[in-house]
Amino acid sequence: MAGENGYIVDVKELTKKFGNFIANDRLTFNVSPGEIFGFLGANGAGKTTAIKILCGLSSPTSGEATIAGYNVYRETEKIKQNIGYMSQQFSLYEDLTVYENFRFYGGIYGLSRKVIRKRTEELLHELNMEKVKNRVIHSLPLGWKQKLAFSVAIIHQPKLIFLDEPTSGVDPITRRQFWEMIYKTAQDGITVFITTHYMDEAEYCGRVSIMAEGKIKAIGSPNDLKSQYDAHNMNDLFIKLVRN
Amino acid sequence: MRTIGFILQKEFIQIFRNKTMLPIIFIVPVVQLLILVHAATFDMKHIDMYVVDKDLSSASRQLVSKFEGSPFFFVNQQSFSVENGEDHLITNEADVVLHIHEGFEKDLMVQPGTKSQAKMQLLINAVNGTKAGLINAYSTNVIADFRKEIIKSENLIAKGEIPSAINVNFSHWYNPELNYKIFMLPGILVILITIIGMFLSALNLVREKEMGTSEQINVTPIRKYQFIIGKLLPFWIIALFELAIGLVIGYFAFSVPILGNISTLVLFAAIYLFAVLGIGLFISTVSSTQQQVMFVSFFFMLTFILMSGIFTPVESMPGWAQNLNIINPFAYFIRVIRMILLKGSDMIDISREIVSMSLYALISLSFAVWRYRKVA
Repeated sequence: MAGENGYIVDVKELTKKFGNFIANDRLTFNVSPGEIFGFLGANGAGKTTAIKILCGLSSPTSGEATIAGYNVYRETEKIKQNIGYMSQQFSLYEDLTVYENFRFYGGIYGLSRKVIRKRTEELLHELNMEKVKNRVIHSLPLGWKQKLAFSVAIIHQPKLIFLDEPTSGVDPITRRQFWEMIYKTAQDGITVFITTHYMDEAEYCGRVSIMAEGKIKAIGSPNDLKSQYDAHNMNDLFIKLVRN
Repeated sequence: MRTIGFILQKEFIQIFRNKTMLPIIFIVPVVQLLILVHAATFDMKHIDMYVVDKDLSSASRQLVSKFEGSPFFFVNQQSFSVENGEDHLITNEADVVLHIHEGFEKDLMVQPGTKSQAKMQLLINAVNGTKAGLINAYSTNVIADFRKEIIKSENLIAKGEIPSAINVNFSHWYNPELNYKIFMLPGILVILITIIGMFLSALNLVREKEMGTSEQINVTPIRKYQFIIGKLLPFWIIALFELAIGLVIGYFAFSVPILGNISTLVLFAAIYLFAVLGIGLFISTVSSTQQQVMFVSFFFMLTFILMSGIFTPVESMPGWAQNLNIINPFAYFIRVIRMILLKGSDMIDISREIVSMSLYALISLSFAVWRYRKVA
């Protein structure tokens, strides 16, 4: 299930350079199975670079990292089988129906047609969206698409899901529903690794890390961090850490 | 295998759901074939001739009426001024000026023993060299005919004055009527299926990059070869289908003979399409937008087409250009499709091309799979 020391994400001294620019500077952190881990940071702090490495989309310059026990240098395809990923750039096929999207992604994760049908029904039922099963994605509102994209990302029941700013651009009600989905997912035992710019959302995470200029400035539970840095709320904390 | 099945299912749904795709696949090639084949003919049926007859004799009139009687020439203007004729050449109202000098008949009917030559002149617009060459050849034929008649009527041979000319008999093999359409149709068909196959598959793959869905694909455990095959097969099938449509149109609308074995042709086309689709996919793996794909593919297409010998004989190109055609997939297919359809060549005749094309397909597909990166 997880790596040697029980962590599902285990990162040590992870560094990524683009020429002279250091996008990730010796990141060290870990995430336990079932956690909701918030990966915070300002724009350009290097969050997306780090997530791409952890998903097996890009190779680190130095350092070590294992995801679900698999090495990010050598076992990227095994990592990919065990994770789900939902990016800020919306990525369901607009010209396919809801069901066709579920079927396609389920298919390439190796699920049988029978299992795909069953999982699709379960997931659509949870979303209360059975009615739109045969609607083309392109005809649905953004908030619905985001929720569907989340469901598609967990159709193969991964051990870990990466959510890269999943709630940007959706209304507060949908955001709330989205977080309900995230909690439900974590209860089902799927570890959630999420980035966000909404500091109220950061409060919902079990633990968070805050990045600035390629480095992790602080890591811990929201309450611990707030008292440690003498901040009223996460917003305050974020500004304090990122400014310095 | 199952994974490829899921990709194919998705690709076909997307292709047939796209409203602009269906006309591109079914209507455009048919229309183009019906029009382009007529447009790309080298037959000259209508040469505008300007006549300057300064002799006004029965011989000169006989010559002019010979031109008028020819199916190729159309005598539309006449005057006594060569300058006027030149003006018509400049304004493109005439393709050729026939200038018959004064005393033409007298010189022609000259008495035995004297040395005199009948004088006439052809001024040909040679901006288009091929066309000028044809006008020259046609005119020479008409004039030679005229000469023969004169000789006959004056009975010069009997008088022992002029040796009879060597008579060459022609026999045009494989295309006895010198019908340009049946020569051009296979070539244009090759262009069409290549455009459909190469462009559509290349654009399709890069569209996923533009939409952001390729990033999602890249975080799945899909194998590179599975993805490339999934992207390739639909357009391979569609292009082969286009070939079938094209052959039906060729057979019924243009009476293109199908002398060779259709299955040999399909076999070669199948290999050929793997090669060009591989090129298309390779281009799309190194591009990030549809514009880039369009420009790069267009560059290759144009080069391949013009070098391939579809419009001009390869044999008339300089040696280095002929050698370049070794890497031109078009040149192979044009040669093979003409050999099979018009000459009835069989598998053994094209075995070298089959081997070369298979190697080509292997290389271009390997490049596409190799260059496709599952990274963001």
